[in-house]
Amino acid sequence: MELNAHIPDGPIEKKWDKHRFDLKLVNPANKRKYKVIVVGSGLAGGAAAASLAELGYEVECYCYQDSPRRAHSIAAQGGINAAKNYRNDGDSVRRLFYDTIKGGDFRAREANVHRLAEVSNNIIDQCVAQGVPFAREYGGLLDNRSFGGAQVSRTFYARGQTGQQLLLGAYQALERQIGLGAVQMFPRREMLEVIVVDGVAKGIVTRDMVSGKIESHVADAVCLATGGYGNVFYLSTNAKGCNSSAIWRAYKQGAAFANPCYTQIHPTCIPVTGDHQSKLTLMSESLRNDGRIWVPKRKEDCGKPADQIPEEDRDYYLERKYPSFGNLAPRDISSRAAKQVCDEGRGVGGTGRGVYLDFDASIKRLGQPKIEERYGNLFEMYERITDENPYKVPMRIYPASHYAMGGLWVDYNLMSTIPGLFVLGEANFSDHGANRLGASALMQGLADGYFVIPYTIGGYLAGIKPGTRIKVDDPAVTAAQQTVTDRVKRLFAINGKQTPTHFYRELGKVMWEYSGMGRNEAGLKKALELIPQIREEFWKNLCIPGTGEEVNQSLEMAGRVADFLELGELLVLDALNRRESCGAHFREEWQTEEGEALRDDENFCHVAAWEFKGDGNAPVRHTEQLSFESLHLATRNYK
Amino acid sequence: MSKHINLTLHVWRQKNAKCDGKFVEYKAEQVSPDMSFLEMLDVVNEGLISKGEDPITFDHDCREGICGTCSMVINGRPHGPKERTTTCQLHMRSFKDGDSITIEPWRAEAFPVIRDLMVDRSALDRIIAAGGFVSVPTGSPQDANALPVPKENAEMAMDAAACIGCGACVAACPNASAMLFLSAKISHLGLLPQGQPERYSRVRDMVAQMDAEAFGTCTNHGECEIACPKGIKLENIARMNRDFIKASLTYRPAIVGTGGG
Repeated sequence: MELNAHIPDGPIEKKWDKHRFDLKLVNPANKRKYKVIVVGSGLAGGAAAASLAELGYEVECYCYQDSPRRAHSIAAQGGINAAKNYRNDGDSVRRLFYDTIKGGDFRAREANVHRLAEVSNNIIDQCVAQGVPFAREYGGLLDNRSFGGAQVSRTFYARGQTGQQLLLGAYQALERQIGLGAVQMFPRREMLEVIVVDGVAKGIVTRDMVSGKIESHVADAVCLATGGYGNVFYLSTNAKGCNSSAIWRAYKQGAAFANPCYTQIHPTCIPVTGDHQSKLTLMSESLRNDGRIWVPKRKEDCGKPADQIPEEDRDYYLERKYPSFGNLAPRDISSRAAKQVCDEGRGVGGTGRGVYLDFDASIKRLGQPKIEERYGNLFEMYERITDENPYKVPMRIYPASHYAMGGLWVDYNLMSTIPGLFVLGEANFSDHGANRLGASALMQGLADGYFVIPYTIGGYLAGIKPGTRIKVDDPAVTAAQQTVTDRVKRLFAINGKQTPTHFYRELGKVMWEYSGMGRNEAGLKKALELIPQIREEFWKNLCIPGTGEEVNQSLEMAGRVADFLELGELLVLDALNRRESCGAHFREEWQTEEGEALRDDENFCHVAAWEFKGDGNAPVRHTEQLSFESLHLATRNYK
Repeated sequence: MSKHINLTLHVWRQKNAKCDGKFVEYKAEQVSPDMSFLEMLDVVNEGLISKGEDPITFDHDCREGICGTCSMVINGRPHGPKERTTTCQLHMRSFKDGDSITIEPWRAEAFPVIRDLMVDRSALDRIIAAGGFVSVPTGSPQDANALPVPKENAEMAMDAAACIGCGACVAACPNASAMLFLSAKISHLGLLPQGQPERYSRVRDMVAQMDAEAFGTCTNHGECEIACPKGIKLENIARMNRDFIKASLTYRPAIVGTGGG
């Protein structure tokens, strides 16, 4: 397998410009002769489907939700970054580029990240024009807030519902195209296979989640914008339905899977309460602008109410360890620091797995109304879940699985190693390196959907003769559909005793224990023994009630768990092979004396991209060397 | 640790849109007050699957009150007893040991039942497709700060834009009207300068689509406002009605362009 990133030559500031000029164009009259399938309707998918239809392509968009408006981008709270420099505080495209590369611990591709920083400003313009109600100041101009990993205020926000508002902007653009007949929308469809003919992506196979019908759809290009695989940990901040099946099917058809071990654990989530827990709720990182994180200095104080622990007995550990970034240290660093104090027995709350996020000082300084204006809905949400009033007692938070930086490998054009198969947003691996900074996911999703794919897909389609699309009765299509039908049959045929959730929880425990915030060789090897055992038991003892020809939520979950049981193993394998610590990937063997991640640039300054070699065979690890021409490789320092 | 509670559930079961449905009784035992309502149902479902029975089908996704997927009427109230709370964020501490709970799907002609508690809400998408947008193709609009927006308007627009499209307003309305849903979008875009060019065609087109679907009309009961988990206010309907009247009075058939050069 050859990994050619197709990065344009020239100075970094000129690459995207030059590339846009070099890309071949499809003439306007020919665009309607090409059909593009977009899977997923979140920020990346929704934006892509709408933008491609506006250009004149025939677009079909698929999502598993009952409406494209419900994709999980909607849950992003805090904001979206852009290099507008409206604050006059020293921001620029170069600084956003630098912060993102540094935040990703020098494990992202320079050219892609620079492009992201360049188009960040267009995104804000586009969204405002759509009517996204961003927060404003009294003069009527846009407001900004700060986020982790940056020393400038470049984050645009709409209260604590930025993701919702950006998604509704994309959704409305998409609905407009649906109304015009330019996009055909297929909700409640789950993608279960990529149709690959002679090594080229030509369509997808879906299951209609209402009728159970397995259907094939052909196109000239396929875009996967199906989100990340954070749910491999079972408990995560992802929606219950978020799954990896689309990208996993693509991997098994030949798309390389890059850096699966780069999974982000978000530092500020509401702690687990018991075994019934079905998901974890994030509290936006923006809270760290005004909240101070602490635990008691002494273990003995952990059972006491927070207000009975005097100031001198509190350990504001982020401010202590990272004085210049303090409570706004990047996510990976904040998460590990929380784990560390809890491991020391200084955690708070019933389970001892929690740290305080305290607004007392800010409330005293700014007054409760100001805090309410900034975070009102988040405080409400917290109180609803925990039955505690965060204006009175500090919030309790703990890290949880949140985002996957890893994903399908793509080149500069966002094309995977399967020609014709493009991957957008969280589903690809490209821009965040080993750690994503806050407010950068929304930026990347929309950048890919609005401003990258509309150009790069044209370059691909211009090379295909119009009207040569494969027919839906082609034997290759029928064969792909048959594999899906057979897989569903196989799941029912197990006829065992345990529910899909049972196996899912088991997998989650192993993933969190051995491959969560801290990883080591012994633990990872242990996980590589345990995961195949769970998988074997799954295929022997799974029970799914009902049939495949109706709504069957157990079947849906079983299919997703089956894929997670394979992906989890690849994640662990990748973590084992990456013998260094970088960003969110923390190998305990590689740390500094102060417990910081220790990179090994000599041996691991590369992307690891895994090639599937058939069930039962070991996948092959390929590498794409990362070269830093514009920036110098440096050790991250947030002190 | 709070004490566990035992409950009796009366759940609407309906195999598909064509079959008749009925209430079936289930016991939910040893329920932790820290569970969400959906987690309580998860546990009931795990028990049903283990016994080889069909679990209760219900729509859900984000489980953090923002996606608008979950949709059930609990003891006669959409999303249950707690104000401004979606079902997924309703916790079992809102119930007492020994309580009986009736759980039904959204009931409205425009929302046909798919199975059990799952309904088809695609009518709401069609209303947005009819006009709930600003026509601005992806490209290079002017700088985001070129057009100042009074903070008050931006805040009111955001209040309206907070609608999650769950359909609780329709389920709560004795007429199954979708006017709170429509008016939230009409207010959101109508309060911003970007929404002005299409302000009146928007309201006309969206109302026409609402009428084409099987929604009723508003007779000012105000049930929708109480049921809305996001606090969308009734005043939006007043704003929509004003815009609709103006739109109706000033309506001119579309001018068809003749093309240029």
